Amino acid sequence: MIANEVVELSRLQFALTALYHFLFVPLTLGLSFLLAIMESVYVMTDKPIYKDMTRFWGKLFGINFAMGVTTGITLEFQFGTNWAYYSHYVGDIFGLPLAIEGMMAFFLESTFVGLFFFGWDRLSQVQHLLTTWLLALGTSLSALWILIANGWMQYPVGAEFNYETMRMELTSFADLFFNPVAQVKFVHTVAAGYTTGSMFVLGISAWYLLQDRDVAFARRSFRIASGFGLAAVLSVIVLGDESGYTVGEVQKVKLAAIEAEWETEPPPASFTLFGFPNEEAMRTDYAVKFPWVMGMIATRSVDEPVLGLKAILNTNRERIKSGMVAYENLQLIRKDKSNAPAKALFEAHKADLGYGLLLKRYAPNVTNATVQEIEAATRHSVPRVAPIFWSFRIMVLCGVLMLFIFAAAFYFNARRTAHKQHWLLRLAFYGIPLPWIAAELGWVVAEYGRQPWSIAEILPTHLSSSSLSAGQLYLSLAGFGIFYTVLLVIELFLMIKYVRLGPSSLHTGRYHFEQEGMSHV
Amino acid sequence: MFDYETLRVIWWAFLVLLICGFTVMDGFDLGIGMLLPFLGKSDDERRVMLNTIGPTWEGNQTWLITLGGISFGAWPLVYATVFSGLYLGLLVLLFGLFLRPVGFDYRSKLPDPRWRSAWDWALFAGGLVPAVVLSLAVGNIIQGLPFQLDSDLRSLYSGGFWDLFNPFALLCVVVGVAMCCMHGAAFLRFRTQAMLAERAQRAILWSSLVFIGAFILAGAWVAYGLDGYRITSTIDTGAVVNPLAKTVEKSTGLWLDNYREYPALVLAPLLSIAGAGLVILLSAKRYAGTAFIMSSLVIIGVLLTAGGSMFPFLIPSTLLPSSSLTVWDASASRFTLQLLFFATVIMMPVVMAYTAWVYRVMRGKVTVEDIQKNQNVMY
Repeated sequence: MIANEVVELSRLQFALTALYHFLFVPLTLGLSFLLAIMESVYVMTDKPIYKDMTRFWGKLFGINFAMGVTTGITLEFQFGTNWAYYSHYVGDIFGLPLAIEGMMAFFLESTFVGLFFFGWDRLSQVQHLLTTWLLALGTSLSALWILIANGWMQYPVGAEFNYETMRMELTSFADLFFNPVAQVKFVHTVAAGYTTGSMFVLGISAWYLLQDRDVAFARRSFRIASGFGLAAVLSVIVLGDESGYTVGEVQKVKLAAIEAEWETEPPPASFTLFGFPNEEAMRTDYAVKFPWVMGMIATRSVDEPVLGLKAILNTNRERIKSGMVAYENLQLIRKDKSNAPAKALFEAHKADLGYGLLLKRYAPNVTNATVQEIEAATRHSVPRVAPIFWSFRIMVLCGVLMLFIFAAAFYFNARRTAHKQHWLLRLAFYGIPLPWIAAELGWVVAEYGRQPWSIAEILPTHLSSSSLSAGQLYLSLAGFGIFYTVLLVIELFLMIKYVRLGPSSLHTGRYHFEQEGMSHV
Repeated sequence: MFDYETLRVIWWAFLVLLICGFTVMDGFDLGIGMLLPFLGKSDDERRVMLNTIGPTWEGNQTWLITLGGISFGAWPLVYATVFSGLYLGLLVLLFGLFLRPVGFDYRSKLPDPRWRSAWDWALFAGGLVPAVVLSLAVGNIIQGLPFQLDSDLRSLYSGGFWDLFNPFALLCVVVGVAMCCMHGAAFLRFRTQAMLAERAQRAILWSSLVFIGAFILAGAWVAYGLDGYRITSTIDTGAVVNPLAKTVEKSTGLWLDNYREYPALVLAPLLSIAGAGLVILLSAKRYAGTAFIMSSLVIIGVLLTAGGSMFPFLIPSTLLPSSSLTVWDASASRFTLQLLFFATVIMMPVVMAYTAWVYRVMRGKVTVEDIQKNQNVMY
């Protein structure tokens, strides 16, 4: 029996390290593409200012990339260190995209990132441009493979439980690769990354424009960011993640939690714009509802219902009971492979084995669980609603604000007056944190919304952890806390320093602080 | 296409190759990190050292990350057992690795000497700590780890952090650290000139000698003092994964079984010992490039020595030897091994080809003049 404390601390550590890693990843995703675009313009027009842009934004990219690499190593190791049983139970499937990610994406980005910085004088224009594009491709490919892995956690297709090896095993690579949840997640996440990179360039360029320095440089950067950003933010919103929330039970739970939908409404479901989810009474107080909208967002149709949580809980109770039968017979065939009746019963209830495992947290013996224990497992078979409900709303709000900023930036750019719209420049600058808030909350919706499962309907989080002591976890949490805080302070210090210096940091002699009468910051 | 047994042997070979790849490619980066405060007497010299590997170290480290991913995919039980068992050791390794990306990128971005000195020591730790922890892990895995598997195949580890620091494992640390220093110095000898190259030669001399002595001592220890493992039951090498179905004997000298059966294996340790001597000679005669290649062969020899003596064991268990993880009972499913095989044989040659191209582009010696001319571009 694993101590609850160890599981909770491991979850905390995973959330901390993943959310921290995700401070750097979206910017890497977006900025690498913006660098590739800027350099493409340079190669096509041969104007040195675009090379300066690539190199200056590239410097900021480098400061951020180093942190992304640093914090990424943790995640590659953490499944093994903290989630050893998970690693055994699903490594046959989950490990595959991770291994491919290393070979196909990590090598690509980390080999070409060095050449990006050091290769300017050693490569032809076209060779260097190719390097930058390969770097950008590498970052997006890494997102693809990790989201295929994550998509499988949300909606585990193409795999089957093997009672002899006591683990899940892969049956179809195509199902794993073309998992609809993974595909939607990939598009949503990389587009969110492109939005982040664009917001970063847009906001900082706006700041230079407000200060009336390096105007030619800033206006060009602003223009590229507004165009790419508008396309990106539209993709994020139109191809929202929630369109993947209709397959698989856990995805439906998320949808119901986002909506705080306790009862199944006749389709098309209305959208609760605002309200206070009340977990105990299972209702939403002071709800403000819009008819039809939710059903359209979620099911892209007007006649499919969006399941309510109460209905989901009732199904779960039955599946837990069925899972008990699967578990009981699994023990029998583990002891004696030739027990045919047990094997038949196991096969019949196999799909609910995971639900049976949910009981492990509440019952000393899964096979003889009491009614109260089954009730406890059922009640906790869905996550708490409020964190998902609110995270989703704030995320969407950030998205809408960014859509407005990018649309306005794009519009005034087209009229060639963007640099005079001080309200817009200020908005763009203060809007810089928006994509990060949205990305972190998006992670919360997707991953907190998956609880109590680590692999939806198959493996409860509670069983996934390593056999560690609480002391080891307090030690590692403290270590990560200290290390990550110090590194973040250093990173921000350096980033702000270079942002303030601006393109003058390139020492080309062409920029603001290099002109006569200007002193360094 | 391949049967399960063949795939398992292939994946054992790939695992050894990946470990070789990582140690050869990142070993000199770690070595240069460790040598940084000692060979680089001025800021410019330290920058020369860092810039010999600046453009390529990140790709090199990816071998380690990929090793993590590959062991997860091909040997899930090994990944689960080692990573959770050596929890605090892995944590220390991570903290050491953390210092490298930021150290390389941030160090020369500000001119303040205190800032740079602090990062130099961070990069020193970033070289030393991974070399120590990884050698320590190898030293302990050779002796077996104190874990067992319960009937659900949950891995239960019962050793403490300080138990890792036992005499044999510490000897392995000496071997590993000296080997990385030799490798790093050989690379510096090849890619730098003047005083720095002279100092690199001295570093090659002492690190190779320490390596030879410690490696021979470790070999003798394995032969005459250390418990090895042997499978005593018949084992179906193509059966489904079940690491609880065999019996295992544990006793002194059993790690030489494979050498008795295949005497040609003894070439691996001989290559390492003779090779390290040759590294000294070649680099003294200014065949610096050849010396570096020889140093890479030394590393491969060391890893083949260990891998060859342990086969088919991957992670022996001291606590319950029959729980040991072997090539025959700790792999992924046949289907996954096969998919991963195709992925690897398609992708790794591509990786190696573009890596070689990047090295070619960045070839040539790094000098103090380069640094002074490119103050704001180079690390």
